[in-house]
Amino acid sequence: MDAPNIATAGEKLRDGSLTAVQLLDGVLKRAADTEAQIHAYLTIDRSGAIAAAETADRELAAGVDRGPLHGIPVALKDNMVTRGLETTASSEILSGYLPPYDATVVSRLREGGAVIVGKTNLDEFAMGSSTENSAYGPTYNPWDITRIPGGSSGGSAAAVAAGSALVGLGSDTGGSIRQPAALTGVVGMKPTYGTVSRYGLIAFASSLDQIGPLSRTVLDSALTLKAIWGHDPLDATSYRGEYPDLLEGIGDGVEGLKVGVVKELSGEGYESDVDERVSAMVDQLGRAGAEVAEVSLPTFDIALSAYYLIAPAECSANLARFDGIRYGLREDGETTEEMMSRTRASGFGPEVTRRILLGTYALSAGYYDAFYGQAQRVRSAIRDDFARAYSSVDVLVSPTSPTVAFKAGERTDDPLAMYLSDICTIPSNLSGDPAISVPIGLDSRGLPIGFQVMAPALGEPMMYRVASVVEQLAGFDAQPSLELVAG
Amino acid sequence: MPVEIDIAHVARLARLGLTEPELDHYRDQLAVILEHAARVQELEGEPDVDVTHPLGVVNAFRPDEVRTSLDREEVLGQAPEARDGYFVVPPALEL
Amino acid sequence: MSWESVIGIEVHVELATNSKMFCGCAVGFGEPPNTSVCPTCLGLPGALPVPNQVALDSIIAIGLAFDCSVAPTSVFHRKNYFYADLPKNYQISQFDAPICLEGHLDVTVDGQTRRVGIERAHMEEDTGKSSHVGDGGRIHGASATLLDFNRAGVPLVEIVSKPEIHSAAEARAYAQSLRAVVAELGVSDARLEEGSIRFDANVSIRPIGVETLGTKVEVKNMNSFRSLERAVQYEIDRQIALVESDGAVVQETRHWDEEAGLTRSMRSKEGSSDYRYFAEPDLTPMEMDEAWIDRVAATLPELPAKRIDRYVGSGLEVSLAEILSGAEAPIRELYEAAVGAGADARSAANWVTGEITAWLRREETDADSLPLTGTQLAELISLVDEGKVSASAAKDVLNGVLDGEGDPGDVATKRDLIQISDAGTIEAAVDIVLADNPDAFASLRDGEEKVLGFLVGQVMRATQGKADPKLVNDVIRERVSD
Ligand SMILES: [Mg+2]
Ligand SMILES: [Zn+2]
Repeated sequence: MDAPNIATAGEKLRDGSLTAVQLLDGVLKRAADTEAQIHAYLTIDRSGAIAAAETADRELAAGVDRGPLHGIPVALKDNMVTRGLETTASSEILSGYLPPYDATVVSRLREGGAVIVGKTNLDEFAMGSSTENSAYGPTYNPWDITRIPGGSSGGSAAAVAAGSALVGLGSDTGGSIRQPAALTGVVGMKPTYGTVSRYGLIAFASSLDQIGPLSRTVLDSALTLKAIWGHDPLDATSYRGEYPDLLEGIGDGVEGLKVGVVKELSGEGYESDVDERVSAMVDQLGRAGAEVAEVSLPTFDIALSAYYLIAPAECSANLARFDGIRYGLREDGETTEEMMSRTRASGFGPEVTRRILLGTYALSAGYYDAFYGQAQRVRSAIRDDFARAYSSVDVLVSPTSPTVAFKAGERTDDPLAMYLSDICTIPSNLSGDPAISVPIGLDSRGLPIGFQVMAPALGEPMMYRVASVVEQLAGFDAQPSLELVAG
Repeated sequence: MPVEIDIAHVARLARLGLTEPELDHYRDQLAVILEHAARVQELEGEPDVDVTHPLGVVNAFRPDEVRTSLDREEVLGQAPEARDGYFVVPPALEL
Repeated sequence: MSWESVIGIEVHVELATNSKMFCGCAVGFGEPPNTSVCPTCLGLPGALPVPNQVALDSIIAIGLAFDCSVAPTSVFHRKNYFYADLPKNYQISQFDAPICLEGHLDVTVDGQTRRVGIERAHMEEDTGKSSHVGDGGRIHGASATLLDFNRAGVPLVEIVSKPEIHSAAEARAYAQSLRAVVAELGVSDARLEEGSIRFDANVSIRPIGVETLGTKVEVKNMNSFRSLERAVQYEIDRQIALVESDGAVVQETRHWDEEAGLTRSMRSKEGSSDYRYFAEPDLTPMEMDEAWIDRVAATLPELPAKRIDRYVGSGLEVSLAEILSGAEAPIRELYEAAVGAGADARSAANWVTGEITAWLRREETDADSLPLTGTQLAELISLVDEGKVSASAAKDVLNGVLDGEGDPGDVATKRDLIQISDAGTIEAAVDIVLADNPDAFASLRDGEEKVLGFLVGQVMRATQGKADPKLVNDVIRERVSD
């Protein structure tokens, strides 16, 4: 089926040539055809989705228009809590957990009339770059099911790529939306920290986590973000000021814009196809009227090191609540402490265990200053680097990932190699700035390559403006040929 | 710089009841990761910082208003063990 | 060798806000278990904290009451330790950037007033409550712990004194006056029995004259001022005995056992506890600007120390001022009203803290339903000053007023308690008495002063005690000098 997008489907839903139930039907059929191979979903809420689609049809027929997502099938990463619908964050320790409340983004999707198809797979507690660290089995890449879809939002990315959802929500702590988007040929965007509520997002690293959309088009990305962002009194880190108009710049072109190419994000460790495709796009932007210049942000070289101290430190506290007392798994023990220690040892997978140990160590007496404290200094130095760069350019561009989708199992035994997958995306999490990945083509093996556009805080309109030009110039319209691999 | 790691102490602090072989395995992996992470020490001359909100959000408070609490049965329904309206755990060590 | 004890007190004050520190659950006492809980205070996955504005106003009020400086900026930290009654297994607290710093509290022990420094006051959240049940029969591992999270997340202010307290009695006095101030502020119920105010003591000893501090022991679980004093005294004696028998004090936490009257070593929560504090990433910095602090300062009531100064300023001696300041609000208000109506401060203070308080006790009446106005008290006082009513008769007048017989003047008249101060009447009475007692009068003339009293007595008898004895005196003397 040729995959519709929010904008086109939205028109049909409103001119009566398509119903939300039919649209959902197509999505569910697509899921039925593809799930066995890609395993994008942990839970498909068929009855809930059908009910929502029927309501949407009734409302739209009655002239009640809840906006761009009204009647649109959406896939939710399973680290966003949904009342009464199992939410596990792909962890054994939350197996069977039924949350008593909805995350703020979920409430906003419902208010917007969206149809929630189900909960998608992720690396356990969003810790990983391949969606292999899931207690419920890995997700595979629709472009080549022997490869991973990236992570941690690999399930939402694969669902959108495969057409088993029109749009998906993911969370991005070090690249977990953008990197899987790049590896599955879809658009993935991380908003400015504080613009999308984290209330109900199962925390990995609170100062870095941000929810954002995975979509087929740049316009869909902006439309979806518009529906979920905005101040939330339930999140103390939520921005209370003016929110810019996300669609303002789309269509304005790049004439006269200054585009900075990040020197540190290319060369050694980057696949040649990736580097070539990215610099080709940079040239195209230049021909389209942008002023292109190479920009150096030296602290990017140690961003990964800072990230792998700060994120684990925060996660070591965020995951302390999983203790076998109030919800989830419990292993027996003679004392509270024994019960807790056994529960946590058996409930967490290896990557989560590794990061909890890493973070606990980085915060512990005698090591705090050399590790966590110093990582925070690096973090603010990175912000300074960004600020310097943005004083001379409007946006920064780079590859989203140094490589295309890699083979399943290829990096599972080498944490450091796995961590390197996020080298291009981590700086924007440390700075809190927005960034987007747009597909710009395929490599020699027919695997998608992503192009990253970064902008300063609340610079989403500028980011989308440039991203939509990149989308046009790339003219990327390839579809994963699942049937072939399936056959 | 090679880092020394009292992995058993760290696991105890984190309430992770790992076996000896598991502890050794994680110690080796942490050593590799920390050696890379130690590169943060290459940065010099940065003052001590409390990294603040990128949009400068401060004083985010709520009015002192009561909101309805959760239904107890729904809450306890998720608990591995509950009795008479309480969550139940094995006795604490010191008592 | 003689020893000096060095004591620091940590106080945890539960604030009496409507809702909890970081969520909208009601703050209550004695509700059924786990009925005042939500995703945030239960530490459910995905839930986030948002600080309670009024709780922050309250800690600023506490800081101002102890003359602390309020930090221009402050942040919350996570204090990491695993404990069944701590839902997130970290407590949101404050580490190196507390809201209030460097205050003090004046403490009086048998007449001696000393100033004790307050190091800091910071904001944090309370834990849940665990109760331990055994279920008979099985030998091993049969008991269990029941958890109630209604208290989890209730706002707590921790007030830490400097190690500047040097006796168990002083420790008790510090705790008592601290509680008085907190109660006066109205930010907490401050009930020891209900645990809404809790005291821990850090006790160490050192040879007198030595500057360096000895090893400190933290003593917990005192639920009355008396047990605080007993526990601290016990700990001081224990440490001295230990050291004098060549033992060494170990740094540890000890539990006070009220029944046994001793402290017991208590296993620490986490072997060598390492709390791994780091700035709470779910919360943003607090900036306490002038406007905020002024707004809170404007709501502060008059605190005991200031009030005593004011009383002394208006002419009361310190001891009376302290008694009056400690009296119930209605009593103090009656005093203010009487003085406002022109009464002499000392007389008014003596009446309200003496006769009037005694009457309330006798009649078991609440001070706020006292049937006496400041104007009435002022009138009573002037009746005495003008000699219209004798000091002893004035007490009857008061009782009459309190029994609702009317204003002091009317009561005095109705009860026939007005003194005779009319010269003519008294002269007449004197002349009769002198005529009836010529010998006594003669010997008085000869300078035998002692008979004066006898003659005055006779006149008083003749006037049924209503004559103003001073006037009687004067008139008799006049007659003598004639
Ligand atoms: Mg405390
Ligand atoms: Zn609550």
